[in-house]
Amino acid sequence: MADTRRPLSPHLQIYRWQVQMVTSILHRATGVALAMGTLIIVWGLLSLASSEQSYAQFKAWLGSPVGVLLMFGWSWALFYHLCNGIRHLVQDTGAGYAVPQFIRSSWLAVIASVLLVAATWAWVLLAGGAA
Amino acid sequence: MSAHDLQHPFKRARGLGSAQSGAGHWWMQRVTAAALVVLALWFVILVLGLLHADYAQARAAVARPWNAVLLMAFLITAFWHAVLGLQVVIEDYVHTRWKEVSLLVAIKFLAALGALASVLAVLRIALGA
Repeated sequence: MADTRRPLSPHLQIYRWQVQMVTSILHRATGVALAMGTLIIVWGLLSLASSEQSYAQFKAWLGSPVGVLLMFGWSWALFYHLCNGIRHLVQDTGAGYAVPQFIRSSWLAVIASVLLVAATWAWVLLAGGAA
Repeated sequence: MSAHDLQHPFKRARGLGSAQSGAGHWWMQRVTAAALVVLALWFVILVLGLLHADYAQARAAVARPWNAVLLMAFLITAFWHAVLGLQVVIEDYVHTRWKEVSLLVAIKFLAALGALASVLAVLRIALGA
């Protein structure tokens, strides 16, 4: 890479902010975050399989401020990756590539993910708090 | 390609490179994604139902046959999809060959361990062992 002398394409800091760019970057970032979050599910299942005490430790960690914050971030990452993933599946059929459609579906994925995460946590609060 | 290479470029390209498995990767990423649309939503609903469950109630929920089957399907598919996605991220951003290959192998090992461990945990609970 270092000895390449040909002109390079403009990098991120040159581009004007666009929603299509943000959805693309977020899809990758949330994907990486979700991959790591899956390990928390494995931890939870292993603790549930091993003993009541280890499950209590797991639930205590989930209920701690750090745990709740991670769960909130993780739930938004899940819903965002889900909504934008469905958008990509639709685009894989060849639909929605005109620029206005592309921008509209980007916003749709972002807004839907925010609504879903709000609905989920409203349900959690109505049910009397997490964990 | 070095100047001393006597192999014909076509010989080198045939059966190698992204043409060998690129379409397979692309397709499996979509197939696992489609499965995860359903499985991930189901998983969120399952977890929301277990918010106030104690240890015995949580175990009983996981032990229910359909829940056990879908949980294992969810975790295997999620790790599979994660490997396919992380692979592309690593290939795009890690430009030192030995680091790239090491990371690609490491995520596969980690995902296989994660999937096996979670399947074992679900089976242990479901079979009451």
